[in-house]
Amino acid sequence: MHFAELKNYAGELRDFQLRLGIAGLLVLAAFGLLLARFVWLQVLQHDAYRAKAEENRIAIVPVAPSRGLVLDRNGEVLARNYLAYTLEIFPAQVRNLDDTIAQLAGFVDIQPRDRARFRKLLQETRNPESLPIRTRLTDEEVARVAANRWRFTGVDIKARLFRQYPYGEVASHVIGYIGRITTRDLERLEGLELDANYRGSDYIGKAGIEASYQQELHGITGLERVEIDAAGRGMRSLSRVPAQAGNNISLTLDIRLQEVAERAFGARRGALVAIEPATGGVLAFVSKPGYDPNLFVDGIDPQSWDALNNSPDHPLNNRAIAGVYPPGSTFKPFMALAALELGKRTPRTTINDPGYFVFGDRRFRDSKPGGHGTVDMYKSIVKSSDVYYYMLANDLGIDAIAGFMKRFGFGTRTGIDLEGEAAGVLPSREWKQARFSQPEQRKWYAGETISVGIGQGYNAYTPAQLAQALATLANNGDMFRPRLVSHVDNARTGERRYVEPQLVRQLQLRPEHLAVVKNAMAGVNTEGTAARAFAGAQYSSGGKTGTAQVVGMKQNEKYDETKVAEHLRDHSLYIAFAPLEGPKIALAVLVENGGFGVRAAAPIARTVLDYFLLGKLPAAPKKPAPVSEVQTDAESD
Amino acid sequence: MEIAGYPLRRMRARLIEGIDAPLFALALALAAIGLAALYSASYENASRVATQLANLAVAIAAMWAVAQVPPQTLARFALPAYMLALALLLAVALAGEVVNGARRWLSVGVLRFQPSEMMKIAMPMMLAWYFHRREGAIRLRDFALAGLFLAVPVLLVARQPDLGTALLIAAAGFYVIFFAGIGWKVLAGLAAVTLASLLPLWGLMHDYQRKRILTLLDPTTDPLGAGYHIIQSTIAVGSGGITGKGWLNGSQTHLEFIPERHTDFIFAVYSEEFGLIGNVALLALYSLLIARGLSIAAAASTPFTRLFAGAVTMIFFTYVFVNMGMVAGILPVVGVPLPFVSYGGTSLLTLFTGIGILMSIHRHRKLVQT
Repeated sequence: MHFAELKNYAGELRDFQLRLGIAGLLVLAAFGLLLARFVWLQVLQHDAYRAKAEENRIAIVPVAPSRGLVLDRNGEVLARNYLAYTLEIFPAQVRNLDDTIAQLAGFVDIQPRDRARFRKLLQETRNPESLPIRTRLTDEEVARVAANRWRFTGVDIKARLFRQYPYGEVASHVIGYIGRITTRDLERLEGLELDANYRGSDYIGKAGIEASYQQELHGITGLERVEIDAAGRGMRSLSRVPAQAGNNISLTLDIRLQEVAERAFGARRGALVAIEPATGGVLAFVSKPGYDPNLFVDGIDPQSWDALNNSPDHPLNNRAIAGVYPPGSTFKPFMALAALELGKRTPRTTINDPGYFVFGDRRFRDSKPGGHGTVDMYKSIVKSSDVYYYMLANDLGIDAIAGFMKRFGFGTRTGIDLEGEAAGVLPSREWKQARFSQPEQRKWYAGETISVGIGQGYNAYTPAQLAQALATLANNGDMFRPRLVSHVDNARTGERRYVEPQLVRQLQLRPEHLAVVKNAMAGVNTEGTAARAFAGAQYSSGGKTGTAQVVGMKQNEKYDETKVAEHLRDHSLYIAFAPLEGPKIALAVLVENGGFGVRAAAPIARTVLDYFLLGKLPAAPKKPAPVSEVQTDAESD
Repeated sequence: MEIAGYPLRRMRARLIEGIDAPLFALALALAAIGLAALYSASYENASRVATQLANLAVAIAAMWAVAQVPPQTLARFALPAYMLALALLLAVALAGEVVNGARRWLSVGVLRFQPSEMMKIAMPMMLAWYFHRREGAIRLRDFALAGLFLAVPVLLVARQPDLGTALLIAAAGFYVIFFAGIGWKVLAGLAAVTLASLLPLWGLMHDYQRKRILTLLDPTTDPLGAGYHIIQSTIAVGSGGITGKGWLNGSQTHLEFIPERHTDFIFAVYSEEFGLIGNVALLALYSLLIARGLSIAAAASTPFTRLFAGAVTMIFFTYVFVNMGMVAGILPVVGVPLPFVSYGGTSLLTLFTGIGILMSIHRHRKLVQT
């Protein structure tokens, strides 16, 4: 045993040396394997890995273009941009948002409304890259955050362009506002295949011109190739394709006229649309109450939103294009024109107005007790006889009325360049058939035609439709699509593109018929229902007052304004154009619950016309006239 | 009586005594490459390079000291060193400090160290000493016993958990057992058993360890998590191409895409900037170093010295292969530095101590055993 062990020394050494050789071969094999791997990576796959390294290194960063301006017809700026610092949070990089916001509050003033707005943005934005927690930082706040920047991850100060609306509430329903791009906006952009151009954009037009001319105003997004590190921080710019600023939009609107009109409304609710008859250009466009569009710019806080959204006055409703109202007696000039054109009346045809009209077993009352006596077409408009039009409507029939009025645009969207326009209701057999489901409701009754004749019943039109119809009448039957934009300026090339007036149709009305109606409308302002409102006017004009019933009155009930709750009072309407020859302006005014047309709406129209035609600014607001004084026969429409 | 002028020459002679010039030159060349890569990885900030230079000075001093110690003296320390390292590993298991979820560190006063690092040297020394004592009469039960000496610390380290170090310790022990002449049939049997035990081992692994292995098989499954290291380091290597992007010009490195770029992944930095040519040069230096180590082992006169020298050399190889394989994406991510190149005082100290051991063995190869 011991001997065998002794003999093994030499054997063990030989075996060891053999094993060293094997180890050496193992080393060579392993290093060969590594070498093969290096050749694979660095020679055969080199191009792919070089591309990946470049991809790693370079980020394409979108450069948002600056938004185009909105200007009025005289070059007054209605929407502009300014540079301000915002404090932004990158939600993906922040572990606990509440903690981070609480810490930030130690350096900048963060109000509960800022937090609420941030939460709202977080919910509304898909894959938010960065969201503002505070906007418009003061220089001192910027310095404080910058000095403590190292304490935070996923927080940064950014210089951003902000939208500002210098006129605030004035023309808010025209200009609209922008807001942050929400998930829904993004889906819409994706559907239009425009999303690529919105990379880098945070805002989009939400209402008004800002929304309807969004593509023009937005501009073209630029690109910057930036070298980034593993954390995504930009190290240096490699190349850039500059963004192209959005186009500037010039309106046909005159902001001074707009201010005059809005001031004339005071605190009353309503709408006014003033159109240049020869082009369709909108000169003034009021929907009261308005709102401050500046509230929406960096995301409206929930509190302000609720205040606007839940207000009984509905300030966010654009009454001028989305509110529908019976036109009341402002419908009568169009009815008169229909009678002449369709040969149902001559200007001299007279009727007797005893103060009521009997149809079947129903009595339709005239607004003037006792009636207007003998009434011809001129007097029917000047004094606003209801019985004349009850009879006329009955003679024409609903089919003829609907057919004629449709051509004036009643019950059809005007196609104005704003979103959210309502179509209104032009009553007809077809409409009723489609509107109702019960067989007895779907039938048109001849008795329903009677009240249609005085602009009541099922009639429901937007103030914009009324203004367009009047402009068409004033323009001798040539109907233009109303539009707010006069021209678009390319900010980069300086090239100007005019928006051509768009003729909708020519109604081919007989000049002598037009002359009769226009003459009667002139009479309204000189010796008729609006004579007081237009006393001393230094220009010729034609008009028509109107009152739209909010609640139907029973047969023998007398409407007493003082006894009716305010929101159930009649709407006051007035339409006017001036001057009589070659009219430069046609407008429709509506004052919600303003009572008789002549009292609320006509003076507003007078103020606007005075300013537009004479440059005359209204005197200090007068005290409303005592009720007894205006209870005259001129008041009946 | 000494003649004036002689003391200086004698001091110089005393200093270079026992220093193996080829081995030292190779180690220094590798360290120099490491400093260059480190300077690039530190974004041209010299402070980390200065620290590494100081580490290098300490490590060379240790190498010199160890080179002066005769192997017989080293052998005397084998059992105590092993027992001490084992005791410390037990202490870690019972009262170690938890850093990053792993219990690896032991604090003694202000000092904090990893006993597992000590085991990397103590393990092969212990086994070499054991087989040396059984020279000429090595039986299967000796291998079984050696296996036990090996298994206990390896399991302790694996449990910390530190799979990389456990594998390196296991490899060090295995090399000694292999060089000691374990039978080929036994070896084949062990290999079969190891393969068969992989499945239950999988069950014992921590989630992050499993993830590392799964990620190796397909790094793209977790590109920002566990796969990130491998993806970015292979991109660095691949984008380097044949000639590399040039020193200080690696975009993956300089834009912080490479994690652990000073330490475990420094090869990615080097490979991106010096390309295939640089890699071949580096492999050549390591091959020469290993060849020199194996030749020292072949010439060693006693079982202890030849087993120890063979194992230490093969540990260098294992470090190189595991590290480069990891960076190149063919081995899982385990915390193994690239020898002499990676930043870090502890690993430099261990490595130069290994070089010192080889030098000592080489110098005393002709000594007659007492």
